[in-house]
Amino acid sequence: MLNTVNIFEDDRPEGSDGADQMGHLVTGELDLSHGVVLYLEDITVSFDGFKALNNLNLEINAGELRCIIGPNGAGKTTMMDVITGKTRPDSGKAFFGQSIDLTRLTEPEIAHVGIGRKFQKPTIFEQHTVFENLELAMKTDKRVWKSLMARLAGDERDKIAETLRLIRLDGEADHQAGLLSHGQKQWLEIGMLLMQEPKLLLLDEPVAGMTDDETMRTAELFVSLAGKHSLVVVEHDMAFVEKLGGLVTVLHEGSVLAEGDLATVQNDQRVIEVYLGR
Amino acid sequence: MKKTLITLLLCLGSLSAHAALDPAQVRQLAAEDSSDKVAAIRQLTQTADPDAVRVLKAMAEDSLFLAGDQVVIIEGDKAFDGATGAALKMPANPESPTVNNRIRGELASALAALRLFDADASVRLASAQKLQSRVTPEMAPLLARALEKETDAQIRALLALAHAQANLADSDPAARLAAVKALAETSSPAIKSVLLPLTEKTAEPDDKVRHEAIAAVKAINSRLTIAENVGRAFSGLSLGSILLLGALGLAITYGVMGIINMAHGELLMVGAYATYGVQMLFRAYFPNAIDWYLPAAIPVAFFVAALVGVLMERTVIRWLYGRTLETLLATWGLSLVLIQSARVLFGAQNVEVSNPSWMSGGIEVMPNLILPWNRIIIVGFAMFVLFLVWVLMNKTRLGMFIRAVTQNRPMAGCVGVPTSRIDTMAFALGAGIAGLGGVALSQIANVGPDMGQGYIVDSFMVVVVGGVGQLAGAVWAALGLGIFSKLLEGWAGAVIAKISILVCIIIFIQKRPQGIFALKGRFVE
Amino acid sequence: MHKSLTLRVLSSLDKKSWLALGVFLALALVVVPVLHLDFPEDSALHVSTYTITLIGKIMCYALVAVAMDLIWGYGGILSLGHGLFFALGGYAFGMYLMRQIGRDGSYGADLPDFMVFLDWKELPWFWVGSDGFGWVAFMVIAAPAVVAFVFGYFAFRSRIKGVYFSIITQALTYAAMLLFFRNETGFGGNNGFTDFKRVLGYSITSPETRLVLFGLTAVMLAATLVFSAWLVKSKFGRVLTAIRDAESRVMFIGYNPLWYKLTIWIISAVLCAIAGALYVPQVGIINPSEMSPGNAIEIAIWVAVGGRGTLIGPIIGAFVVNLAKSWFTVSFPEYWLFFLGLLFIVVTLMLPQGLVGLWKKLLAGKGDAAC
Repeated sequence: MLNTVNIFEDDRPEGSDGADQMGHLVTGELDLSHGVVLYLEDITVSFDGFKALNNLNLEINAGELRCIIGPNGAGKTTMMDVITGKTRPDSGKAFFGQSIDLTRLTEPEIAHVGIGRKFQKPTIFEQHTVFENLELAMKTDKRVWKSLMARLAGDERDKIAETLRLIRLDGEADHQAGLLSHGQKQWLEIGMLLMQEPKLLLLDEPVAGMTDDETMRTAELFVSLAGKHSLVVVEHDMAFVEKLGGLVTVLHEGSVLAEGDLATVQNDQRVIEVYLGR
Repeated sequence: MKKTLITLLLCLGSLSAHAALDPAQVRQLAAEDSSDKVAAIRQLTQTADPDAVRVLKAMAEDSLFLAGDQVVIIEGDKAFDGATGAALKMPANPESPTVNNRIRGELASALAALRLFDADASVRLASAQKLQSRVTPEMAPLLARALEKETDAQIRALLALAHAQANLADSDPAARLAAVKALAETSSPAIKSVLLPLTEKTAEPDDKVRHEAIAAVKAINSRLTIAENVGRAFSGLSLGSILLLGALGLAITYGVMGIINMAHGELLMVGAYATYGVQMLFRAYFPNAIDWYLPAAIPVAFFVAALVGVLMERTVIRWLYGRTLETLLATWGLSLVLIQSARVLFGAQNVEVSNPSWMSGGIEVMPNLILPWNRIIIVGFAMFVLFLVWVLMNKTRLGMFIRAVTQNRPMAGCVGVPTSRIDTMAFALGAGIAGLGGVALSQIANVGPDMGQGYIVDSFMVVVVGGVGQLAGAVWAALGLGIFSKLLEGWAGAVIAKISILVCIIIFIQKRPQGIFALKGRFVE
Repeated sequence: MHKSLTLRVLSSLDKKSWLALGVFLALALVVVPVLHLDFPEDSALHVSTYTITLIGKIMCYALVAVAMDLIWGYGGILSLGHGLFFALGGYAFGMYLMRQIGRDGSYGADLPDFMVFLDWKELPWFWVGSDGFGWVAFMVIAAPAVVAFVFGYFAFRSRIKGVYFSIITQALTYAAMLLFFRNETGFGGNNGFTDFKRVLGYSITSPETRLVLFGLTAVMLAATLVFSAWLVKSKFGRVLTAIRDAESRVMFIGYNPLWYKLTIWIISAVLCAIAGALYVPQVGIINPSEMSPGNAIEIAIWVAVGGRGTLIGPIIGAFVVNLAKSWFTVSFPEYWLFFLGLLFIVVTLMLPQGLVGLWKKLLAGKGDAAC
């Protein structure tokens, strides 16, 4: 079933499935007609009886910048795993736009329809240069044959250079990525995400290990990205969340506990209990 | 034929009259013609008289003589009358009748048959068992009488079987039919071959009997097949036990340290050579207690293998944590060194490790199903080791630490588990268990420098199928693989069986990459 | 496109490397033949048949080592199944060599000797066409490619990796070895194929044939080196090393690792099979022991000794280890396994980058001292 769906070597006619198989070159198929980019409905995931997600419901509007907070074990990372196809939910629906069923796609397919993900621990290609990291992430045909024959076009170089400037690594383009500082690695990973030109960015603790200055610059970057992209940010740093300014969703024991702007959420009695009560 | 029938009737008549033997029959024992002798022996057998036993036994022991026209038994310097047993004076020049091999065979059967009437039940039992393989049709009436008199249930069952076999040649189809029906209940290859001729039209004219015989052979065949398969399953169980002893250690080291120890098979070899060493020591210093070298070898093998394991861990494996593929190569190197060391120390040839006498023989469950003691003991031993490991892992502090490190190494380290010491201990434990596997292996397989190589692929398959670091998985996988491969071997031959098992595992891994007992949760990568 | 591709292939090696490659080919194609044919056997410059066979054999091993390096050094996948692909190539070409014996076998029959011995009346179906060089050359490539595709597709699709993959490939090779050991399988059982007489009609033992095979192996090795250099320098190669270092990141930026792994796996298998096909006529025998677990692991040690993730490393490793082996097995046969075992341990413990890494370190050390 899942494995028969393969966007890379499969020559099925376009549009033969809800999620278009060749869609990575024409992601325009994302149907945002109701203004919602991500629907999660009654998602449940359990590991050996422990419910990591418990009837989770979440909607992200197109162009929105949403923060997700919650204590450890609330299910934030598992939620991202479900959206990106790493974990299959036991039950529930996950739709990207109106028509793309995320529970039926593999990780690379989900990347192609326009969802980018940054891990909690910065995950970059340490043996490659900064430039190569961005080049590999760049939105393009990512099938084997194309990679074998690939050569960088001028406009592609420009795009990489532009991103390098944006993440302030233009001086380190030819350095090995593994030698960057922790904060720089976080930025590089964000840069790789941008190179993918995703519609939806999932960012798991993007400012962990950054200096205050870097944190503030990251917040500015995210705010500037909102609108054109939709962003879901999981973060513990309340100053950062405040700076981002969007809606805040509180997860607890695998489902949504509260939702609203930061001030409302912070004054919610149940939220206070969850964070301080135990 | 007629003549024998008449004499038979005669002798039956004489039986009812008095207990003494018919002198004419006894005289015939010393007749010139072998056939006459045989006839006499058979007739005397029919009497079931203790005196007949005496005479036939004397004949078998060459103490029967002919003095003039009288048959006498001479024991030392005393002589007795053959027919009555009365003491006589020593005859002048007794002649010894010729007893050739045919007569001797006849005498042996006759004596066995006559022992069916012995006063001692154990003698009757032995005789009845002995008779099973050489029943002749002439014995039918004798067996019928013995059956009539017999009270012991076990002997009765055997006699009934023998009687049925004797009746197979009866001229009355009804008697044959009854006999075939009785024999259909048995499950011995010998009886199957007795019945087999009756399934042919040439040998058995009666349709009813023949069909019954065909059905009986079929029934026996199916029981034989069951017994064969039970036998195979059992040897599979013992193979599984060996695999289990090999895989338990691997499962522990792989679970705790995430490393593949390619030298694990060589730890089995170390255990086997340790057993050999202990055996040689006993031979040299305690030859009287040689049967008890094996229990003494168990702790020795455990500690020697564990010591080798500690050395391996401390000198090589310790430095390669987190680099699993490199560990695979390095431990392969260790295995080469161990193999060559064994060659240098003990020679390239296999060494001889003998089973203690209490391990030879087996339990006969069915005529064609014998469970050898050495395999039974190995299965029991494996269960015992499994129990010890279970206790160790679940009831001791060391076990708790090992489980903690298996589940989450950094966290275990944070809460004060001495992870590096635990690694060494766990490795030593795994190696020691492999050493115990070597003890078991030394009892059923050749002990040589290369012996470990043959088990390493199988042991890995057990770990892979069972699931990483899962003791329960290793147990089920080991026993399952052992039994499955032996059963398959019976049907398809050893090589095809092995290949299909490997292919099955490769396919199985496609479906369940984590093994039967998969870990789930957020720590699984 | 083609032209630019050729150019790119050419530019994947630097000038120095091209020079070295040229020298190597000149040695193999000109110098060695001249020294072998034109100098008398008692001359100090004479290259003996033994040396040619030995070096030819080691060049085949070097080819295997490069193939192994592509999948292990660059792809991070340690295969213990390369003995199988080597043997498949060897057996495929061996079939042709068996057919070339014709009626010169000891039974003087049309069928290969072992079939006569088994009392077979005709060739099994998979021997059909084995007398044609073209078909066999195709099979040398196709058979391992198909096996590698089927096995690799399922293994990579199930995301079997790390030691699991190594163990499963070992099991596969082991199963194949048992299969080839059976007489009924139709590949000569225990003894495999041997006693070859001719290749393409030429006597297989004549010096000229030996030299041609030797030269072909050298050319194949050089071509593989150029091809591999291009491969690892392409974007494909960068994706491959990215999969090695952070597979999940590769997936989340939209590459499907399955097809990348499968591609390099098949390329590696086919290169290995070609090496096997070149090996058999030079060494004169192929039997199931080529698939023993030990052989496959030895390939890995050639690569590790030379240096993983470099292309010259595996070649150096194959030469060093195998020259050492032929020296040991003649001079101190009982110490060879000790040496090999210790080599495994020492290289993994102390030389993770192999000899090439050591060399680079020494150079860097000198550079530092100079500063």
